[in-house]
Amino acid sequence: MANLTTTFIGITSPNPFWLASAPPTDKEYNVRRAFEAGWGGVVWKTLGSEGPPIVNVNGPRYGAIWGADRRLLGLNNIELITDRPLQTNLDEIRRVKRDWPDRALVISLMVPCDEESWKDILMRIEDTGADGVELNFGCPHGMSERGMGSAVGQVPEYIEMVTRWVKQYSRMPCIVKLTPNISDIRRPAEAARRGGADAVSLINTINSITSVNLDSFAPEPTIDGKGAHGGYCGPAVKPIALSMVSEIARNPETRGLPISGIGGVTTWRDAAEFLALGAGNVQVCTAAMTYGFKIVQEMISGLSQYLDEKGLGGTADLVGRAVPNVTDWNQLNLNYVTKAEIDQDLCIKCGRCFAACEDTSHQAIWMKEGRTFEVNDAECVACNLCIDVCPVDNCITMRPLKKGETDPRTGRKVGDYANWTTHPNNPMAVKAAE
Amino acid sequence: MSTSATNSQLTPGVAAGRLSDEDYARNFADIAPRLDGHEARVAADRCYFCHDAPCITACPTAIDIPLFIRQIATGTPEAAAKTIFSQNILGGMCARVCPTEQLCEEACVREAAEGKPVEIGRLQRFATDRLIETGVHPFTRAADTGKSIAVVGAGPAGLAAAHRLAMKGHAVTLFDARPKPGGLNEYGIASYKTPGGFAQAEVAWLMQIGGITVEHGRKLGADLSLATLRKDHDAVVLAIGLAGVNALRAEGEGLGNVVNAVDFIAALRQAPDRASIPVGRNVVVIGGGMTAVDAAVQSKLLGAESVTIVYRRGRAKMSASAHEQDHAASVGVRIIHGAAPVRVHGNGAAQEVEFAYTEDGPGGLTLKAETFRLKADQVMKAIGQTLDGAPEGVRIEGGKIAVTGAGRTSLPGVWAAGDGAEGGEDLTVTAVAEGRDAAEDIHASLMP
Repeated sequence: MANLTTTFIGITSPNPFWLASAPPTDKEYNVRRAFEAGWGGVVWKTLGSEGPPIVNVNGPRYGAIWGADRRLLGLNNIELITDRPLQTNLDEIRRVKRDWPDRALVISLMVPCDEESWKDILMRIEDTGADGVELNFGCPHGMSERGMGSAVGQVPEYIEMVTRWVKQYSRMPCIVKLTPNISDIRRPAEAARRGGADAVSLINTINSITSVNLDSFAPEPTIDGKGAHGGYCGPAVKPIALSMVSEIARNPETRGLPISGIGGVTTWRDAAEFLALGAGNVQVCTAAMTYGFKIVQEMISGLSQYLDEKGLGGTADLVGRAVPNVTDWNQLNLNYVTKAEIDQDLCIKCGRCFAACEDTSHQAIWMKEGRTFEVNDAECVACNLCIDVCPVDNCITMRPLKKGETDPRTGRKVGDYANWTTHPNNPMAVKAAE
Repeated sequence: MSTSATNSQLTPGVAAGRLSDEDYARNFADIAPRLDGHEARVAADRCYFCHDAPCITACPTAIDIPLFIRQIATGTPEAAAKTIFSQNILGGMCARVCPTEQLCEEACVREAAEGKPVEIGRLQRFATDRLIETGVHPFTRAADTGKSIAVVGAGPAGLAAAHRLAMKGHAVTLFDARPKPGGLNEYGIASYKTPGGFAQAEVAWLMQIGGITVEHGRKLGADLSLATLRKDHDAVVLAIGLAGVNALRAEGEGLGNVVNAVDFIAALRQAPDRASIPVGRNVVVIGGGMTAVDAAVQSKLLGAESVTIVYRRGRAKMSASAHEQDHAASVGVRIIHGAAPVRVHGNGAAQEVEFAYTEDGPGGLTLKAETFRLKADQVMKAIGQTLDGAPEGVRIEGGKIAVTGAGRTSLPGVWAAGDGAEGGEDLTVTAVAEGRDAAEDIHASLMP
């Protein structure tokens, strides 16, 4: 079995699976049980300034999106940072770290956007034995109304400023947690790097309303007839997170900046995808909140098996392997031609491919006698929709045409690599000197 | 109320009260209880919403199954029910009695993919029960057309025809020989498939369309003549079913306790107390259809010690579905294939049935010399029903009323539908389709 020991910004943990700053890491009882279950590390739920703790709503704090059989696909929350006294948290952190020295323990922080507040909180946590801090510039609800969380994360100058304070007043490694509620994720990441951050973590939750109650006409979760937007997470947000992680991994200004990947990690496979796109480790929350701490065992065994099967010695060998293959659209090979092929032996004759293609796409599937479905290569643009809607694995596949083969749709022979930048239809095409 | 049995499974002869009240209640409980809301959502989610779905083609009434399942999945079972009822007004009963494993569920692409079809029948029951229980009737009657139509037979075909005709605004008189409407739904289906008085509740709900007058105790050939009906009405629908029963034509058929399975089933359905229905210690049922299975299974459930179905041909030729045969086996009914009765032995009442093994060759079925005997305190004949009481002048073909198109008989203005009419399988759902289609055809011809 591959050794999953992972070192992230100098913090070593027995595996790359950390619990994200969230309800599961709110207190000693949870974190001890998480470590017993096998989690490699935790980011302790966000601490605020000294003084009366914040309060949470006393009605529902979560809303959900379900798939078949009420499988939870997306979770939304309006919970705030820890609502327990600062000193209680600090005492617990100290005890847990003392008993679990091999596990990563990072403290998430969120205090008002002034130098004194940050200096003060950093002093208070210095002697807990924690391995690092994560700056919560991500939460989009509640705290952002008070000028914290995503209100900071949406202003790159603030990120840079606060990060600089943190590096000035603390020797601890510093992770900056980014909000996805921004138009270009590269800007806050660049600001974090300029401020001296050791890493970024992303994504925090996405602004969301999960549902509307059609009897009371109120957003859900509903508190006494009203609802506020919350933060969306879980499997549904993974594609957004993967894209943002890859943007930072391949951006020249941030390339090489360690990334802790967050967003819908539910299985070892999700984690492997984040690592391949450049994350040095992953943080998990919704999957644990859905299934309990035990899921880390599947993540550990699955990732180990995968690394063994690929002949990779450890997680570091996987990190970033897919990054060179993430590119811009204008670099895609327009002379790569594929055609859908339907395996008649696997086909169960549901006709979904036909309905999708006939009604909404290119009329490239024939429905023949006896519910036999066949692809018309002369119309197929290889859009992939038939594969996406087919309920049978590998029943429909894409066959790449060989170089020199004629595409029946265009009548043209498949040529060498060529992209949009040189395409004759592109008015901005790079033309050879005349 | 007693809870202990007056007799036991071992009481000789034919006896009532072989089981305790608890056993009767358990044995005759709903065979396939309704899905609850969550189960229905999970089951509905498995539907692929196929293009031009094979299940619709397989349904004799062509219910838009993917649509009604999607309506369940999105939390509107009432709309799902309306989708069902618009094609099949007896969709509630069909959800209980249809051999779905030979119709929609056999055609389901998930049957091909996984051997586990979408549970279409149970989903249909979920939706139809919901709407019927609210008491809401989802259709309204069109303005009165001034036309009057006689429907003979208040079984599935007659009810479907009457409802569709009434909905179109015609005045319908529905005649039935029995004291209750429903036909086989009321008198001919195993009790555990339709407990709780569902057949009558369904008819009462159906009648809310209005414009239907029911006359019970009216039998064609007795106090009702086709000539009068044709004179008094603009059209007549013959939905008279198959009221006759085939004879064994074996020696000893006239002995005591040799009964028709359909009569046994009907008596059981009408009995206020199952403990009052006598059943043999050793029961032999002769036949291979659903009636044979329903009679055999219920004999076992009433406390018979041994029940055997004997069918003259091989298993593949049995018209009872594999699912029904498995159900019979699961309650302890033994099924013997390839044997035909040659004689019922007994002294006043049946004691044994003697069978000869058969050979199904190219020249037809022949009896072999070798015979065997089964103990039989009670013998039930389930070897098929026949057309009985068809009015004179109507052309008969192959033992059924000959029809062309949507149930047009050889007489102008007279339509036929259901088991008594030519064409289609003898199934509730087929009868409903035929009744509905005859009604549409009548409407089209009366209101050109």
